[in-house]
Amino acid sequence: MAGWIFVLSLVAAIVAVYRPFGDYMYRVVTGTRHNAVERTVYKAVGVDPQAGQTWGVYARSVLAFSAVSLLFLYLFLRVQDKLWLSLGLPAVTDHIAWNTAVSFVTNTNWQAYSGESTMGHFVQMAGLTVQNFVSASVGIAVAVALMRGFAAKKKTLLGNFWVDLTRITLRILLPICVLATLIFMVAGVVQNLSGGTDVTTLTGAAQHVTGGPVASQEAIKELGTNGGGFYNANSAHPFENPTTWTNWLQIFLILLIPFSLPRVFGRMVGQNRQGYAIAAVMAILAIGSIALTVAFENHGGGTVPQAVGSAMEGKETRYGVTGSAVFAAATTLTSTGAVNSFHDSYTALGGMMPMVNMMLGEVAPGGTGSGLYGMLILAVITVFVAGLMVGRTPEYLGKKIGAREMKLASLYFLVTPILVLAGTAVAFATGNNTTALNLGPHGLSEVLYAFTSAANNNGSAFAGITVNTGWWDTALGLAMLLGRFLPLILVLALAGSLAKQQPVPESEGTLPTHQPLFVGMVAGVTVVLVALTFLPALALGPLAEGLS
Amino acid sequence: MTAVLDKHADKHAGEPATGTAQKPVKAGLIDPKQFGKSLPDALRKLDPRTLWRNPVMFIVEVGAVFTTVLSIADPSLFAWLITGWLWLTVIFANLAEAVAEGRGKAQAAALRSAKQDAVAILADGTEIAATQLKQGDVVVVEAGQIIPGDGDVIEGIASVDESAITGESAPVIRESGGDRSAVTGGTKVLSDRIVVRITQKPGESFVDRMIALVEGANRQKTPNEIALNILLAALTVIFLLAVVTLQPLAIFSKAYQAAAPDTSAIDGNGVTGIVLVSLLVCLIPTTIGALLSAIGIAGMDRLVQRNVLAMSGRAVEAAGDVSTLLLDKTGTITLGNRQASELVPLNGVDPQDLADAAQLASLADETPEGRSVVVLAKNEYGIREREPGLIGGATFVPFTAQTRMSGVDIGDRKIRKGAAAAVIKWTGSSSAEVDAIVGRISDQGGTPLVVAENDRILGVIHLKDVVKAGMKARFDEMRRMGIRTVMITGDNPRTAAAIAAEAGVDDFLAEATPEDKLALIKKEQQGGRLVAMTGDGTNDAPALAQADVGVAMNTGTSAAKEAGNMVDLDSDPTKLIEIVEIGKQLLITRGALTTFSIANDIAKYFAIIPAMFAAVYPGLDTLNIMRLHSPGSAILSAVVFNAIVIVFLIPLALRGVRYRPSSASALLRRNLLVYGLGGVIAPFLGIKLIDLFIQLIPGI
Repeated sequence: MAGWIFVLSLVAAIVAVYRPFGDYMYRVVTGTRHNAVERTVYKAVGVDPQAGQTWGVYARSVLAFSAVSLLFLYLFLRVQDKLWLSLGLPAVTDHIAWNTAVSFVTNTNWQAYSGESTMGHFVQMAGLTVQNFVSASVGIAVAVALMRGFAAKKKTLLGNFWVDLTRITLRILLPICVLATLIFMVAGVVQNLSGGTDVTTLTGAAQHVTGGPVASQEAIKELGTNGGGFYNANSAHPFENPTTWTNWLQIFLILLIPFSLPRVFGRMVGQNRQGYAIAAVMAILAIGSIALTVAFENHGGGTVPQAVGSAMEGKETRYGVTGSAVFAAATTLTSTGAVNSFHDSYTALGGMMPMVNMMLGEVAPGGTGSGLYGMLILAVITVFVAGLMVGRTPEYLGKKIGAREMKLASLYFLVTPILVLAGTAVAFATGNNTTALNLGPHGLSEVLYAFTSAANNNGSAFAGITVNTGWWDTALGLAMLLGRFLPLILVLALAGSLAKQQPVPESEGTLPTHQPLFVGMVAGVTVVLVALTFLPALALGPLAEGLS
Repeated sequence: MTAVLDKHADKHAGEPATGTAQKPVKAGLIDPKQFGKSLPDALRKLDPRTLWRNPVMFIVEVGAVFTTVLSIADPSLFAWLITGWLWLTVIFANLAEAVAEGRGKAQAAALRSAKQDAVAILADGTEIAATQLKQGDVVVVEAGQIIPGDGDVIEGIASVDESAITGESAPVIRESGGDRSAVTGGTKVLSDRIVVRITQKPGESFVDRMIALVEGANRQKTPNEIALNILLAALTVIFLLAVVTLQPLAIFSKAYQAAAPDTSAIDGNGVTGIVLVSLLVCLIPTTIGALLSAIGIAGMDRLVQRNVLAMSGRAVEAAGDVSTLLLDKTGTITLGNRQASELVPLNGVDPQDLADAAQLASLADETPEGRSVVVLAKNEYGIREREPGLIGGATFVPFTAQTRMSGVDIGDRKIRKGAAAAVIKWTGSSSAEVDAIVGRISDQGGTPLVVAENDRILGVIHLKDVVKAGMKARFDEMRRMGIRTVMITGDNPRTAAAIAAEAGVDDFLAEATPEDKLALIKKEQQGGRLVAMTGDGTNDAPALAQADVGVAMNTGTSAAKEAGNMVDLDSDPTKLIEIVEIGKQLLITRGALTTFSIANDIAKYFAIIPAMFAAVYPGLDTLNIMRLHSPGSAILSAVVFNAIVIVFLIPLALRGVRYRPSSASALLRRNLLVYGLGGVIAPFLGIKLIDLFIQLIPGI
């Protein structure tokens, strides 16, 4: 019962904020006025906020900004021992620094380290948290550029990346994070610059309890679908996520932006129903996935869970099975990757669900921005096949899906499966899978999960695998980097190609892309394509384990 | 002169029924013999240099070569059966293309045969072969001779038998100047003598171009075909990757379950090469990959069967996208001629007197309008038709553009009928009553003809444009398909509005000049719409060139034919509607078979995954929901199904999926149900059925 209330109240809250928050974001990204702070930023960076950018310039701006961020964060991590508030921690080793820098710049937040014993407070605040903000903004900015491509009529300009980045950070992410931080502090999430306290536990052992600016990082970790925890235990740590209702709030923050962006899309293309349709596809996939995860976890499978009565291994009693399963689904359906329980300990099929969620391409509802553009790519592919079946050259929102659009959409769709499957195969072929805790199907799942998480920029870990070796840090770093920026460039190219077109007016012969039939078809195409791509690998992992 | 008589024409004369042009290949019905005839072509297409144009089938061929090598190295019944069926898969795909080409070529050959042996006589009397003709050559063609190439009549008038290309046996008149000057190579002059200036370049006649469009090797891929090929290539890459990357995982799993027995599918070295290739071939979209080219060729064929020659595949595709149809009123929406529908007498005039006068005035008028007045008087007023020559003392006054009236003088009786203003002026009298009747008829879209005897106006004949039967339903259909119809007419706006309302078109362009037409097309295109139109005159040429689909009538001028991207040999403007439907059907067939192909994969996974891995992880046998006999039989059944389904779908690919004009939602719902859901279910049944047979083979 409590589980039902938990889930339904979340759904109700997301539905309630869809319109007002979506409309607010729409005004932010379409507004023409710049406030004093923003003008200062533009002046400092040397950008003319009125100048539009073509897709190429927009893409170069994104890449340049990310490259600088990456370099800066890497150096930051490498010299942290010389910085303020380092708590006496040493410099981060080269491969972990590379992996972490890539991870935070790509909005992945895969953590090959444990936060409290690797990162000082200053690095957490000025390095990692800053990237949590701007990497989320980059995703939203690119999604907005794609929306502008759909909305444009014979134009080449897609807006200005620097303006988008600044506004999204200052007007959307920052205010909500300030509010959420305060709420978390009220709930008992720690927020200090303490080096930690030494305590004696009940059993008499000595333990060092680290404090830090946790609440502020927690807010953007969820809101920006980043997922990088202050502590190694992430949202399972009582200092990060103390109670059931903070758990609820964290999931709400995770889903807030990805689920409201379709509203912005609808407003942008001048048809709110198109936004509802995209949100509906996301919702169908998300609800289906949550229901399956909860069902698999509650009904056990495996000897131990059946003996105990429920699959509580690796879960916090504070949240229970449902609270954990919903969090697991939400964190992997979005590209967050925060965890409040250990996915490695899930039942075989329950543990497969987070993996499948990521394999969907992080689209239901996905990461901030990246979820929407991923879903729109799937909609484009669906429109192509469906559009042919109504006897017209396929068109989506009046834009023809021709050879160039199809090339870009197909390449986008190819990137992550290639990274996941090739990465996994290479890990096995080279014997690097041996750092996994398990052998057999579960060991296979651990490796598959790692690459799925990295290539899809999720960042959650199945755990049970040691990944801070040079090979793993390098391979996963590459998977994250390519998995983020290749699709992003393709999306911007697509936006440019769509923007140039004169839209075809709608008629009775036009494929309606807002009706239940089409919504169902996009959901179906997404599931079928993913199933067809990953089923053989899943068969040897979770399926082999779960069906035995 | 008889030397130039065409031999083929003589041969055909004896056996008219065998003329292929008269008996077009029926859509959908495939003669099983055609498969046999196309087989050598299909085998020839195994050449990798031609096959690489089709990436999906090229991968299958590479796979087949690979399994052949494996089968030779390590022979087994299973290996050879798989190898055989993989080769068959490629051959079936080639067969689909070969059969489609074969049908197209048969039609093209029928057109070509007529002109092959023709000899041209140049104006100076020298004879050269028709194939030697250059653009600008002037040739003389006399009765009984075949016109050696496409061109314009520059001197003379002749009746021409165009049945070789149109299938229509009634001869047509071709004369120099005006809009009936174009002649087509391969047609036969029946009477008189004409001088023709050749307008085609050697090897670029309509027939030559059409032949190029139906021959697969030279065929240009259309834009949508390219886009679909990209999607298919992407899917192929994904599945190639899924299969290749499976191997290290399989080796790892087999090593973990070292005690599991080796099977024909998996051993210590992982999944066997034969099975990996089988899995790959089953997953990549072979069904649509095999049929894609055949669908395109068959689409062109269907146009040819309707006597339409398209200049490019692109035009056919564009036809499916058309959202505005410009239709000429006369001949398309209305019958060519106006018909007298009513006689309106003035007050105090006996209707019989009016009918009598109207008939007398029309007796010598051989225009269809004139005939219709005679017929109306006979049918409605019982006045028997009189022979003009049998009325004593009658002098008939013919219609001239100056007088704008015609009539008859019988003694003192001077009877006239004609345009209202002209007749009123002739009588020298006018009345409000006449003006009222004339105004009313004009408002209804009719043409008023005033009838007068001496200085007295008797009444008015109501000539009416007769809208062709069934046009309103046709236009309603168009509207449901999301296509706007615009009627083009030279009539005044009042008349045009009335006819437009009666015919049920969405809009009209009255008093249209060629410039207006061109402007309208540009306006529609600026709004992102695709426009289709028909035309025949030289002044239509700019508009035909501007339109996305421009269908020139075969009776039209060479300029019109050059400007358009299709030529209708029957010169039937209504055919535009059919062309749109063919374009849509082509795209739907592609979409439906793509959906079917992808949906098929689900069942194949349920067959192959348990077959590969159930030996390692027995739990995976749960996925064997079809309860297939053995790993070997399951994999073989999937491969056999994958090959056979291509053959089963060849007729569908050639005929096109059923298309009935309806809204996009209705079409999507239906096609998704048939080809999506059907595509999921069909292979479950098919594979199980094949497995029931295959398990009888010992050792599988």
